Amino acid sequence: MNTEILSVLFIFLLIFILGIPFGKYISKVFKNEKTLLDFLAPLENLIFKFSGIDPDKEMDWKQNIKAMLTINFIWFIWAILVLSFQNLLFWNPDNIPGMEPTQAFNTAVSFMTNTNLQHYSGETGVSYLSQLIVMCFLQFVSAGTGIAVAALMFKGLANKSGTNLGNFYNLMLKSCTRILLPVSVVVALILMFNGIPMTFKGAENIVTLQGDTVSVARGPAAPMVGIKQLGTNGGGFFGTNSAHPFENPNFFTNIIELVSILFIPVAMIIALGYYLNRKKLSYMIFGVMLTGYVCFLIPAIYFEMNGNPEIDKMGISQPLGNMEGKEVRFGSASSAMWGVSTTVTSNGSVNSMHDSFTPITGMILMLGMQLNAFFGGVGVGFLNKFVFIILAVFISGLMVGRTPEFLGKKIEGKEIKIAIIVALMHPLLILSGTAIAAHIWLITPIQDNFLNNPSYHGFSEMFYEFSSAAANNGSGFEGLIDNTPFWNISTGIVILLGRFIPIIGPVAIAGLLSAKKFTPESAGSLKIDSPIFGIVLLSTIVILGALLFFPGLALGPVSEFFSMAK
Amino acid sequence: MSNHNKAANKLFQKELLKAALIESFVKLNPKVMVKNPVMFTVEIGTIVMIVITVMLAFTPDAAQGSFLYNFLITLILFLTVLFANFAESIAEARGKAQADSLRKTRQDTPANLLINGGNIKIIMSSELKKGDIILVSEGEIIPSDGEIIEGIATIDESAITGESAPVIREAGGDKSGVTGGTKVLSDKIKVLISIEKGESFLDKMILLVEGASRQKTPNEIALIILLSGLTMMFLIVTVALEPFGRFSNTPIAIASLVALFVCLIPTTIGGLLSAIGIAGMDRALRANVIAKSGKAVETAGDIDTLLLDKTGTITIGNRKATNFFIVNGMEENVFIKYCALSSLADETPEGKSIIELAKKSGVEINNIEHRDDHFFKFTAQTRMSGIDLKDGTIVRKGAFDVIKNLIESKNEIVPEKMISVVKKIAEDGGTPLAVTVNGKPAGVIQLEDIIKTGIQERFHRLRKMGVKTVMVTGDNPLTAKFIAKIAGVDDFIAEAKPEDKMNYIIEEQRSGKLVAMMGDGTNDAPALAQADVGVSMNSGTQAAKEAGNMVDLDNDPTKLIEVVEIGKQLLITRGAITTFSIANDVAKYFAIVPALFIASIPQLQALNIMNLTSPQSAILSAVIFNAIIIPMLVPLALRGVVYKPVGAEKLLAGNLFKYGLGGIIVPFIAIKLIDVVLTVLHIV
Repeated sequence: MNTEILSVLFIFLLIFILGIPFGKYISKVFKNEKTLLDFLAPLENLIFKFSGIDPDKEMDWKQNIKAMLTINFIWFIWAILVLSFQNLLFWNPDNIPGMEPTQAFNTAVSFMTNTNLQHYSGETGVSYLSQLIVMCFLQFVSAGTGIAVAALMFKGLANKSGTNLGNFYNLMLKSCTRILLPVSVVVALILMFNGIPMTFKGAENIVTLQGDTVSVARGPAAPMVGIKQLGTNGGGFFGTNSAHPFENPNFFTNIIELVSILFIPVAMIIALGYYLNRKKLSYMIFGVMLTGYVCFLIPAIYFEMNGNPEIDKMGISQPLGNMEGKEVRFGSASSAMWGVSTTVTSNGSVNSMHDSFTPITGMILMLGMQLNAFFGGVGVGFLNKFVFIILAVFISGLMVGRTPEFLGKKIEGKEIKIAIIVALMHPLLILSGTAIAAHIWLITPIQDNFLNNPSYHGFSEMFYEFSSAAANNGSGFEGLIDNTPFWNISTGIVILLGRFIPIIGPVAIAGLLSAKKFTPESAGSLKIDSPIFGIVLLSTIVILGALLFFPGLALGPVSEFFSMAK
Repeated sequence: MSNHNKAANKLFQKELLKAALIESFVKLNPKVMVKNPVMFTVEIGTIVMIVITVMLAFTPDAAQGSFLYNFLITLILFLTVLFANFAESIAEARGKAQADSLRKTRQDTPANLLINGGNIKIIMSSELKKGDIILVSEGEIIPSDGEIIEGIATIDESAITGESAPVIREAGGDKSGVTGGTKVLSDKIKVLISIEKGESFLDKMILLVEGASRQKTPNEIALIILLSGLTMMFLIVTVALEPFGRFSNTPIAIASLVALFVCLIPTTIGGLLSAIGIAGMDRALRANVIAKSGKAVETAGDIDTLLLDKTGTITIGNRKATNFFIVNGMEENVFIKYCALSSLADETPEGKSIIELAKKSGVEINNIEHRDDHFFKFTAQTRMSGIDLKDGTIVRKGAFDVIKNLIESKNEIVPEKMISVVKKIAEDGGTPLAVTVNGKPAGVIQLEDIIKTGIQERFHRLRKMGVKTVMVTGDNPLTAKFIAKIAGVDDFIAEAKPEDKMNYIIEEQRSGKLVAMMGDGTNDAPALAQADVGVSMNSGTQAAKEAGNMVDLDNDPTKLIEVVEIGKQLLITRGAITTFSIANDVAKYFAIVPALFIASIPQLQALNIMNLTSPQSAILSAVIFNAIIIPMLVPLALRGVVYKPVGAEKLLAGNLFKYGLGGIIVPFIAIKLIDVVLTVLHIV
């Protein structure tokens, strides 16, 4: 038990040690300062030359958003074509058929948006070619997109005047080549040496000790697992994701993967401070995120390590805690940490079944995605946070008796309008999605239904699925039969809106603020890098989030919890 | 506070309450309500509930709860809307009462219109047009705002300012403006009418306060957007709860859903928002400042830099003589006499103060005796004044460099002592006036500024608010620096010319700062227009009044400080009540959510931490609290949150503690209390 807690602390330490210098490095990349990887410039120039893009063309927020949407649309078409016709293409040793249209739509949307909600199983649903040129490729560029839009924001906030936010294409490519690629190579190599397969041979049939013949799936998994964690993607090579021994073989790889999940989101916040030359601001945001994360982590670990009260009642001791749906090689504390870390970062990978967590841990995982403001996905994490910052700045700005301002720029009606639309979108998608699903479940005959567990747990399954889609997380509560046209299409739409509106909104605000007149700070101005503003920000997130999702949570995990305790 | 304000100062007067009550019902008109999106949704909720209650009266439906329960919910929702309307109405009524007392000064009075050839035609003031010239004599009321083009008069402005001491207004110069409703006490003046009927600043202000032409300020609009967004969020929550309830085998009565919705949306701030805005304008008016728009008042709260004239703001009136220094051994009495004599013809306040000081030192001058002496008047070119006595003695006093030249031209030597005295006086912030008698150095008169008591504290207050103060003075840099230091201003403009003010403002604005200034003269007009907040004095010229965005009826140069505080208070009140309103939701949730589901999910009783009697009493208690909190906060909305200049961080922490944490705790207690009362009364 002590080793489990120690490993949690060790992971924390590693995240700090790696996150801070890497954040500094990211800021250098965005500022076009000299870095070690400048030797990649000719390669990048070749790509720009080939695609006919002028990487030095400065664009305003609208042009940048247009560029981002255009290239995403191309990827979407590419993905849907490859997935639908993978049976006709090469690198398909297990003869996997083409994807059904609604599933192909859902999968294409899901990987393009860094969500990776997988309504298919990697072993039987996609060919090796699809894994590489759709799954692995999109996990890179979707993460690159997230980091690039964050860079647009950084520029917008740093500008004293003017409308230029930089060049999306340039930032996107550099995010991939300079930030994601080098770390992915390192992580993939470490994982490979620990036993993750990297082969193009098909599934192998082996005879077990019992004498049964089993088919063991394998494939080029190592590079995919690296970027899956680093890019807060979560799209696993195999169906059971990081619970699968070929994706996460041992406790050491578990630590490496956990660190990979968290350190780029942390580094992005540090990068903000270096980029704006306002390190205190970084620490304030980081402090709020860390507080939220720790407040989630402690009860989750506590409840998982204490085990299931229903099993206690049966008189069975649970020395390892609640081990249902967990891998013995990871244990309950580490699995809880994984669950919390992946849900707050919108990394949808799992190393245990979230369905089997105790109710309160399940609630925490849902809240992580519903608040969507502690760390968050690479790049987009800050964008989500930014909306809350704008709202908190507005209210606390009023309370100090000045027209609210953020980094010297006045927050007025237009910015509030955009911020509130983005803030509104998240609960709208989750709540209306779950409401429609609940209604459909009620009117569908029971034998055709999609819930394995009706009642509170079934409610949680639906609530979780939409929270995961809207937050672009991608993990599933499982227990939900989700590969149906309804779930494929509804979550596909939710994912799209949940991805692009929270990108367009904050970038638009940054663009608007960038063009505004700069006001220097005075003793009467609100200090946004102070602890007291951190408290306002945290309260805004918690109160707003709690108010929006409390009734739903009460009907799901809270009811389940109180039923269990009895 | 002026006399005529005192009556209106009580928050609620009987007549006002009555007028406001009637107006609350008038405002129920959906066309009016729709301007307040938050309360409009409550009105729609009320209408829905009326329909349901009426239906239930004929066909009872157990799923929708009892008729009494539905009726009570409907009633309370209706009261919620009414309370919000009442808050706005009472603020308007108070503003109107305040405006009316000012309007009384504008009754129709006869005016002597000057027509071609110098003839006089008597018309009523309501018939006056812009550009008319009228004659006003002793004892008459000035019929309309205008500018004196001929003559000088003492005027009683107490009707406007409440200040009983009469003031002098004269043609030309910076004190030529007169206001309608004030009374000429002596002499006769020719006045050029400067406004059309109904367009005076006061008329505009009355309209602003009455709400007819009140425009929402940008900040108010941004807040309304935020509140509308929150309302939409909670609409989604409530609507989604219906299928959630059915899924959990707990159909929810429409009354409960509507109640939950109304409790969650920010009705408290939604109901009080316009009252807060009107009250802000009203507070400005009570401070005798007429703002041309609500935005001007709010901008005042954002001011970064404040330009203040030294004279009258930082120092009392003008410089005064405080000491005589002899440098050549002349007898003291003789020297003082020469000083006084040289000032006989000096009409400046400085000159008069020299005679006063001489009197205090026991030297009396007989005016008549010196009637025929030759006076040497002060001009900007010579920069000295004096007297040529009949006995041939020539006395001159003036700036040291001028007198020094004069002495040296007579081949006399300026003694070391004179130089050191002059230097010492200047270093101490005074102004030295050197005196020569027959070209020989005689002594130095010390002129000093008297700094207003308490001004240092006010500047300290401003600094804590983050406002930089700049003193504008015609003094030399050395003197200016000294006074700036004593008074505690952050910066100064010495030897200021009108264009210097303008340049300073532009420079500050270029670095993104908002600048406020006060002015009265015509040559202040460009700077008043350039400044983000320009307050002109009512006694000032028409040009100055047109250029600024506020007019101070009291002609008090320190008024800007009050205006800044009113602006800040307005924003803080908005922020505080918004925070309070949102924080309230936590307790309401703990009352309503368990109540909704407890019938089919008994284990949710664990969430009923207030231990409310029954689901119905819980929901009713929350809705009742939600309704009565509006009128309970009306006094706070009207008075404004107390503003203390303690720095942004402390201010935020304090308000967050009071309205944020308070907003979470108070409703828990209040809802429990209401529940106890409802239970005791057996209402549910």
